[in-house]
Amino acid sequence: MDILSYEFIQNAIIAGILASIACGLIGPFVVSKRMVFISDGLSHTAFGGLGIAYWAGVNPLYGAIGFVLLTAVIIGLFEEKNLYRNDLLIGILWSVGMAIGIIFIYLTPGFAPDLMSFLFGNILTVPRSNIVIISILVCLVLLFITVFYKGFVSITLDEEFSRARGLPVRALNVGLLLLVAVSIVALIQVVGIVLIIALLTIPVAIANELSIRFRTIMLISVLIGALICLGGLAISYFVELPSGAVIILIGGGLLGAVKLLKAAVPR
Amino acid sequence: MKKLIEIRNLYFGFGHAPLLEDINLDIYEGDYILMMGPNGGGKTTLLKLMMGILKPLKGEMNFHPEIKNRLGYVPQFSDFNRSFPISVMDMVLTGCISSDNYLKRYTSSERDKAEAILKRLNLFEKSMENINSLSGGEVQRLLISRALVADPAVLLLDEPTTSIDQPSQSTLIDLLNDLHKEMTIVIVTHDPTPFAQIYKHVACVNHSLHYHNRGELDAGHLEEVYGCPVELLGHGIPHVLLDRH
Repeated sequence: MDILSYEFIQNAIIAGILASIACGLIGPFVVSKRMVFISDGLSHTAFGGLGIAYWAGVNPLYGAIGFVLLTAVIIGLFEEKNLYRNDLLIGILWSVGMAIGIIFIYLTPGFAPDLMSFLFGNILTVPRSNIVIISILVCLVLLFITVFYKGFVSITLDEEFSRARGLPVRALNVGLLLLVAVSIVALIQVVGIVLIIALLTIPVAIANELSIRFRTIMLISVLIGALICLGGLAISYFVELPSGAVIILIGGGLLGAVKLLKAAVPR
Repeated sequence: MKKLIEIRNLYFGFGHAPLLEDINLDIYEGDYILMMGPNGGGKTTLLKLMMGILKPLKGEMNFHPEIKNRLGYVPQFSDFNRSFPISVMDMVLTGCISSDNYLKRYTSSERDKAEAILKRLNLFEKSMENINSLSGGEVQRLLISRALVADPAVLLLDEPTTSIDQPSQSTLIDLLNDLHKEMTIVIVTHDPTPFAQIYKHVACVNHSLHYHNRGELDAGHLEEVYGCPVELLGHGIPHVLLDRH
């Protein structure tokens, strides 16, 4: 397989697998805790960090990490204190983040060559340096999900009961938001800011059709994520279509097929 | 009799409007208290203050050292995420989670305890099923099982008979009466009828709280306080509330 000897293909495969681990671990919490809108808002605020990083001449991924983590903390603190209605706050942060990104990219001299890959994803252009960053982020997500699993499950199932049992609900909520933020950064180059939410939800939606156990849903989500990322990579390479969009369409198609199959097969 | 919970001059409110004012209440070992009152009167809020879910604006709540971490909470039916993919057994086990152990794995003794409680509450055959496949009565027993697994000394239930059918309600009342032999029970309810045979006191909450022992109030007093709720008198239940009703 000559194709596998190319470094950019190796990077793409590794990025796809790392992205599927991140979305499989975090996606089930995003879906079960009804954090889809928050996650989508978070991913769009990353654009602000990308813009500032372009302007400052540093790796755009660093800018995205800083901005998304900061936004997660702001949402977590405002949510706890009921200072703003949640959807209103997210709408504001989403648009302000995008606006900051647009302004800084406009102020940056020259052309931002990989801007489109951050917006719409291009798994074939992930550099080795970013693979290292994404690996560290995914390891962090894996570590924190493993250590705090019981706490995260408890607040997702019943936040009030968790509070009654003395759990640090505020810290766990902010912690989960930070992990969503970290996962979003890990997914940015694979499917792009605009499509990240699909990778956090579609594999989980498919897994929900196949299992009723949370841990199993996480595992299936990882596998489905890997299947659609690597499938999308292969198709986009051979057919020369945008990889992010292809990955999402494969996921959507797979979900439709599983739904149809379940409806067709009598229980 | 041991005083388990002592509430003194408790105030709570959202924003500037006080919801509960100058609440005083003593709960003793072996009590079976019904907490009644109109919607918005603050009875669920008082329960949540006792559980530490809400923090009072001022006032004191003292707990007997023996019941530290031994308050069992059974929330209203709709308060938890029913679409969460979890088995009955796993949900009961979440009742063991506390600030001391949420980073550790479940122990075998916790699993044994959960199994024993599910057997006692006739849910064991459903222990591997998803929670969203349960009937209303089964969900209520599941919520009680989750509270019991932490070995509570006081069980606080919020509207446990709402949303369940009559046969399930009877089963539930029998269960609570049985549990009362082992623990103190406090129930927030709109309907005192099912508990008429067993309750010891009724604490009616309507922004403030007045407490009376069983039989302390007569029908005339009740009518004077409530002005109208004559149907409650039909159950022969004396009250404990009742300001601004």
